[in-house]
Amino acid sequence: MQYDIEALIHTMAEQLQTRLGAAGIGSPALVGIRTGGVWVAERLRAHLGLAEPLGELNIAFYRDDFSRIGIHPTVEPSVLPFDVDGRDLILVDDILYTGRTVRAAMNEIFDYGRPRSIQLVVLFDRSGRELPIEAQVVGAHLSLQPGEHAKLTGPSSLSLEIHRTRA
Amino acid sequence: MAKLPANEVLKECVDGEMAMSAADIQLDDQGRLRHFIAIEGLPRALLTQILDNAERFAPVGDRTVKKVPLLRGRTVANLFFEPSTRTRTTFDLAAKRLSADVLNLNIEASSTKKGESLADTLRNLEAMQCDMFVVRHQVSGAAHFIAQQVAPYISVINGGDGRHEHPTQGMLDAFTIRRHKQDFTRLKIAIVGDVAHSRVARSNIQALKILGVPDLRVVGPKTLIPPAIDAMGVTVYDDLDEGIRDCDVVITLRLQQERMQSALLPSAHEYFREYGLTADRMRLAAPDAIVMHPGPINRGVEIDSAVADGAQSVILQQVTYGIAVRMAVMAMILGSQAQAGAA
Repeated sequence: MQYDIEALIHTMAEQLQTRLGAAGIGSPALVGIRTGGVWVAERLRAHLGLAEPLGELNIAFYRDDFSRIGIHPTVEPSVLPFDVDGRDLILVDDILYTGRTVRAAMNEIFDYGRPRSIQLVVLFDRSGRELPIEAQVVGAHLSLQPGEHAKLTGPSSLSLEIHRTRA
Repeated sequence: MAKLPANEVLKECVDGEMAMSAADIQLDDQGRLRHFIAIEGLPRALLTQILDNAERFAPVGDRTVKKVPLLRGRTVANLFFEPSTRTRTTFDLAAKRLSADVLNLNIEASSTKKGESLADTLRNLEAMQCDMFVVRHQVSGAAHFIAQQVAPYISVINGGDGRHEHPTQGMLDAFTIRRHKQDFTRLKIAIVGDVAHSRVARSNIQALKILGVPDLRVVGPKTLIPPAIDAMGVTVYDDLDEGIRDCDVVITLRLQQERMQSALLPSAHEYFREYGLTADRMRLAAPDAIVMHPGPINRGVEIDSAVADGAQSVILQQVTYGIAVRMAVMAMILGSQAQAGAA
């Protein structure tokens, strides 16, 4: 299936704006999970007109699979260019699947401080959750067959790739 | 095994057949770091990977919560057969910032004094289910020997062995240089002082050669420069002014006081006059040169306070970066252990 990802993000930004208004949140801070989440968060930031730079999380040191696969070979570290204490955060990822990445991201955020609230915004939500984590704003729901994997490619033009692996 | 004091056991091994090259035991069959004994023989890609990982760990120290959960539940034992403050405390902090549990054993002051053999000490630490030993010992080859002796689920990091190597110091110096000078392949670097007795110098030379530094110099009196050192790809200078001319990096080495007593040098005063790094002499180096020292500093012997505390000094940054580099090495080694176990 083809998605107009820029249109999805536009709609997400509108939904997010409404939610933030209803919750009385005037000054949220955006945090994207590397790599795909950062691309989506950058676009949301432009739509929301936020002047503050984006936080970027690399959750490699917080993953729960170190005991199986060791250290992940990515290079960019996490950067949170604002004080997390007392802030209303919008955590952004590209695809919500097992929920383990979001669990790791929240653990990392709490090592920087105590946010007042965290909203989860994802471009795609696919089934297969292993943890009790749900997103507040979702661009689209994906229905994938077992053995199918989704990956967002970017950053200049975002598109969704579906890969099939033999189980 | 007979109850020999640790030093005797080791000296026998080192004087005997044991090869000093550790390359064969440091990497597993996938090329992953299994122990970290020496920089000699390691591929450039692996050294770069250590530096890149250290770059990722460095920001952890700037946070309020200076800790990541990567090595939660792992146990690291610091086995120091020789006194150390900086190396032991930064290994200690590195392990703790990775959420590992740390045992600090000052072995010189404990079991070996009671006549326990090194092998027995190691067996006991294995029985305590440690995952990693950080070893400092006055005998060259000690960490290599211990890596060969320990159970296969234990990894060994060399925290300095005799005159052989101090590989994490070599890597933290490389990290400091890369932070300031980026590209190794354009640099002129001088290592000044007691090269003959310095494991730091040896690890620095190995690391910087592997990373591609084209102009690497050692500077010092002939009595403190090993005769065959040019075989390591360095240029020897016995004149400090010539040796540091146009250099981008000047690494000064600690002059051990006992060298003066052993007639290798006339006096600290005279050494300072010939080889002490002063602000005047630093003007011969490149204008943006950095000054490094592995610590602890002998002010007024190998370096003048005005230089050690001056704008070009990165000596305290070396200490800070040492934590990130040691975190990287520990995480890589315990990560490859985990992968090998899962495979």
